[in-house]
Order: sequence, then C-alpha cells, then structure tokens
Amino acid sequence: MSTKTPTKPTSQFQNDSERMSLDLRHRTLVQTAMSKYEAVRRGTQGRFQDWQAARQAASETKWEALNHLDQYLEEFVRNTEARGTQVFWAATGEEACAYILDLCRRVEAKELIKSKTMTSEEIHLNHALEAAGYCVTESDLGEYIVQLREEPPYHLVFPAMHLTRGEISDTFTQKLGTPASDSPEELTMIARDVMRAKYLSANVGISGANFAVADTGMISITENEGNARLTTSVPRIHIALLGIEKVLPKLADLALFLPMLATAGTGQALTCYNSLIGGPKQPGEVDGPEEFHVILLDNGRTELLADPEQREALHCIRCGACLNVCPVFRNIGGHSYGSTYQGPIGSVITPHLQGLQEWKHLSAASTLCGACTETCPVGIDLHHHLLRNRRNAAKAQPDRLEQIAYQGFAFVMTRPKLYRQLTRIAPFLQRLHQLINGRRIDPLFGWTQSRNFPEVQPRTFKDYWASRQEMKP
Amino acid sequence: MSANEQISSGREQILGRIRRALQVPAPKRTPHEPAPAADRYAKSLPVIRPEARAWLPPVGEAWAEQMQLFTEQCADLRADFFLCADVAEMEERLAVLAKDCGWQQIATHPGAMTTGAAASLSLPILLIEDGYEIVALEHCDAALTECDALVAQTGSVLITSRSAGGRTLSALAPHHVVLARREQLVPDLTAAFALLTERYRANYPSLMSLVTGPSRTGDIERILVLGAHGPKRLTIFCV
Repeated sequence: MSTKTPTKPTSQFQNDSERMSLDLRHRTLVQTAMSKYEAVRRGTQGRFQDWQAARQAASETKWEALNHLDQYLEEFVRNTEARGTQVFWAATGEEACAYILDLCRRVEAKELIKSKTMTSEEIHLNHALEAAGYCVTESDLGEYIVQLREEPPYHLVFPAMHLTRGEISDTFTQKLGTPASDSPEELTMIARDVMRAKYLSANVGISGANFAVADTGMISITENEGNARLTTSVPRIHIALLGIEKVLPKLADLALFLPMLATAGTGQALTCYNSLIGGPKQPGEVDGPEEFHVILLDNGRTELLADPEQREALHCIRCGACLNVCPVFRNIGGHSYGSTYQGPIGSVITPHLQGLQEWKHLSAASTLCGACTETCPVGIDLHHHLLRNRRNAAKAQPDRLEQIAYQGFAFVMTRPKLYRQLTRIAPFLQRLHQLINGRRIDPLFGWTQSRNFPEVQPRTFKDYWASRQEMKP
Repeated sequence: MSANEQISSGREQILGRIRRALQVPAPKRTPHEPAPAADRYAKSLPVIRPEARAWLPPVGEAWAEQMQLFTEQCADLRADFFLCADVAEMEERLAVLAKDCGWQQIATHPGAMTTGAAASLSLPILLIEDGYEIVALEHCDAALTECDALVAQTGSVLITSRSAGGRTLSALAPHHVVLARREQLVPDLTAAFALLTERYRANYPSLMSLVTGPSRTGDIERILVLGAHGPKRLTIFCV
C-alpha cells in the first residue's frame, strides 16, 4: 500500500480524473483492451440459449440468499465446521486483520502467499501484515505487478490493465533485476519462476472466495492462472477471507453462476479453474492444508443490507463487467476513483461502506447511460442506485446554494408571466454575463471554465409561433 | 473475555445486525417466465436445477454430439484431446508424448487407469501418497491423473482430491495428463454437480475443481499466455 498523505477523496477524484481523461496514451490502452473484451463477450454470451432468463434466475437466487442471509450463513458455517474448518466472524476490517496476525504469530509464519482477493484490499491486509514484519507476496500476475509498483489494483478483475509490457518489463528489471523483455510470455515466466519458490517456502496461504455454498459448506474460487489452487493447497495453513454477501444456497446454483461470472467477467465460457474447497486435508487424503480458516467479514455490509431499497447492490459477484462498459471508467481509469472497488458498482457501494458525504461525488460522476445496468449478469439496477445515492446525500446534508437555486427555478417556472418577462431580457442578461464568462469571478465558473452556454435566441418560440399564425392568410 | 467467547460474540453481533436489517423486506423482482421443461439430458442422476439447461449453451442430446462438442471445446481451449479405441492405443500415444516432450520423471497416483499407464512408460515414477515430498513433485515433468468426469458443455475436466491424487499434483506439474473413460462424459455443469452430489454426498473431498484448459493469463495487455502458474499443457486421453 502507498503511504501518501491522505487528500480529501473529492479533490483527489477531481484532480486525477481530469489528468487521466487528458492522457491519450492511457485512453488508447484501455479502449483497445475493452473493445477486445466486448467482442469476445458478445460471442460467448451469444451461445447462451436465453441469457436474459439466466440473468433473471441469477438475480432471484441472490435475492433469496441475501434476504435470508442469516439462515444461509448459519447453514454454511455449520456444514463447513463439521469438516474441520475454523470460522471467524469479523465485524470490521481491523478484527479480520487482527485475527490473521494472531494466527500468523501462533503458527510462526515466515512467508505468506496470497491469491487475488479484493476483500483483502478493502481491509488493507497487506499493509497490516507488512507493518507487523511479515513478507506477503501476491501470486496473481496482475496483482504481483501492481504490488511491485506499490500501486493499488486498477480494476476489480484486471489489476494491471493500465500498464504496457514495456512498463511491466521495467518494473521487473528494477525490482527483480531480470533482463528487459517485450514478450508477454517471457514476462509471465519471470513471475512464474518467482512464485514457484514462494509456494514451497510459504507456510500460510491467503485467498478470497467468489461464492460460499451453504448446503455443502464450501467456498468456490474462480481463476485462470492456477495460483489460487497452489496458494490454497501447498502451504500448511489456508485462510479464506470473504464478505458475508458471498453465500449461495445450493451447490447446483454454481451451474448457473460459474458460466455467468466467466462470460461477464472476461468473455470466457468458463474460467480455467473453478475450485470448491470444503475444509482442510480430510482423513484419507494425501495432501492439503492442516488448517483451513474462513473469515466472514461484515465491515459495513449489514448497513447496506439494512437499506431495502439498495440491498440488491450486495448481489454483486465482482465480475467487473460494469467497469468494462462504463464510459466514465474508460476515460478516467480505475485509480481515479480512489476507492477499493472502482466503476459503477464501486460508486454505488463505496458511499455505504466508507461514508456517504465523503464519497457522494462518485455517484455524481456518471452519465446515467445505463450501460452498467444492462451488462450486469445479476441484474443490479446500478444507474438508479447512483441516483438514489445522490438523493440520499442531498437529503442528509442539503447544499444551501443548490436549494436556493432550485427554489428560484421553481418560483419562476410556476409563474408564466414572470417566466415570459425573463425570457425577453435573457439575451441582455447573457451579454452581461459575457463580461465575466469563464473567469474566476464568474459564479458559474465550475461549469463555464470548460464549456460555453448555448446562445439565447433573441426571439422566443412563443413569439415566433404567434407571428407565424398572423402571417397565415 | 476468552477467545471462544470473542468468537461467539462476533457471530452473535453480525447475525443480530443481519436479522435487524432484514426486518424490512426488499422488493422482489417479478419472476421470470417458467422455462420449458428441458430434462432431456437427465440420465439417472437427480437434477436439482433442470431449468438452467434451457438457458445455458446447448449441448446436444446424443453422446456422439456431446463428444463432438467436448472435442471442439478442447481445441478452442488449447487442450490436447485424444479419443482412443482401447487402452493399448492410449499407452502408445502416451509413449509418443513422453518421448516428444522428453519427460525424465513423472508423478502419478495409484488408480485403475494410472497405475498401468504409468508403468507402461518405463520412466522413474513419483507415486503421490500420504507424506510425499513436494520438492520431488516440483521436479517432475508431468502429472498423470484420473478424473471424475469430462464436461461437454465447457470442455472441462472435473477432478477432486480423491480422484486425481490430492490437491497439488494436477496444479504443480508443468504438464497435466488426464486419463478418462468414455462413460465419464457428462453433458453439462448441471450434470457435473449432480454427479458430485451423488458420489460424495456423505463425505465430500476437500477439493473439487473444474479444470478448463491449461493455466492461462491475460494480465499483460490482455494477451493470452499459457502456463501462468499451473500446467502449461493439458492433455486428455479418453478410452
């Protein structure tokens, strides 16, 4: 984690998004990657017999799970504990980190290896581990690259999407001393060799989970590289960190969710490894961790659960599809958001997890085009949730100036005579405004610094229509 | 407060918050149109989610169609698939593969198919049994395993820690070779999960995994590279 001096999220967002949207190199890189994704996904989704029905069923399954969350969590815990799993309920990120640190001390952890988990980013786990003197290595290639660069992940699914092979090669040369290369294959093999040694020397492996299956007490991990399989199998201790919303009622539900997650996430029909882990090494098995710990994390999720209007935001399976199609994300990039979860879903949930007033600006930075809602495999009404965040923020902490402006607007609009008088003098008012237009003394500077008002026509439509009627024979 | 009390208090605290949160119900979306009955693939297995079959990619009804689909999926995934007439042909092909790849040592687990096939290669064999040396496994050129099923819909190999020699063997070796039988082909994921339930309900293995092609990554400029951390090659023989 970077230890920059904290800036206010709003000004950080404004500065970074302005800088990034002017960065043509970044835009080209992201647009190219995203158009590839779109083409592949279109093909894969097209092979579904009925994508919309599948989507609806996925949404209903998540609705069922979330609206009986206490029952399914208890069922999951009962089933997994029966197989020797140790479950810890963490109300906050600090509690989860403390549990992991205690465990590391108890088992005398030397090295830790980790497979990709956004939940650990949310609770700043690497930072806590490093502060306590532990060496933790990210095994997912993209995560490893951003870890070496001391950057947060750029995207939920593609953490190093913003980097060219040249930049990645430079990072490896600087940090690992490897020779420069412009071949993605050679660069991948460098990371493979580093990790091979780590899997064998680490005695603690940390992973996340994509789903927790209640009826069998298993976690499900989706990945392509094989790093999660090794991270969760080779070290003596395996810790899985997951949000309480990850639970699914039945094992059979995965027949629907695994292909949908892959299709929406990367455009694959199924990702390379979909692994169900149900406990430590079982009697009669040849290998596997001696201890398996599951940490169920709340960290603000129950706050969101308590809002029935926005509860469905917890349906999210973190496929990242809404980021991929979002015109805002494509222009400002993942780091500008300044939050753990980027893109539309990040803008919806971050205000709930980290503070509405501090993060409400993310909900305002949207075109409300609805591309996110349309692409979401579990049918979350994302763009309307952005509107609801805006409404809730304004209700909780009204902006005095905005209120006056809207009251003024309503006053004029409900008085036709006054409105007509104002439209008559509007061209004159606009000429007056020209004197300060785009300058810092302009009260509308926030808007006019980079935009022009359309010119007010000297004649209103009403006048035009009246004269037209008169001209008729 | 003891450690146990702390754990139970976290549990009660979170469950309490959830129950309070759920006191106000969330609106339910209008239910989808009932799907047409699509139980045509169901064999003797209990199917828990049959309607999913009407939505997911189609797989065909006959075994030959499904085998054709599996073969095509493997080609797309860059997995090598060989449908062999008999065990003799499989061993022959395996010997050619071992020679072409220059294997020095292989790892395998005791099994009806693996034991004979591994012995036929006359190479040093690391047998994966309780207490094996992981460093020795790391030095092997290939892992020879069995599986629970082949999934036509996705071109996946379904393995478990019971059927495929534990959790690590099939992930650590640079080349994973799967030996399967024709009757192990199942149409789709629904059937694969039904099979797992049927076979292991009483006592599930600690790992069950769908392996779909060799390990891969697209983390550098979204360009596909095979062999990120797991096997660089996946070869499937079906007898």
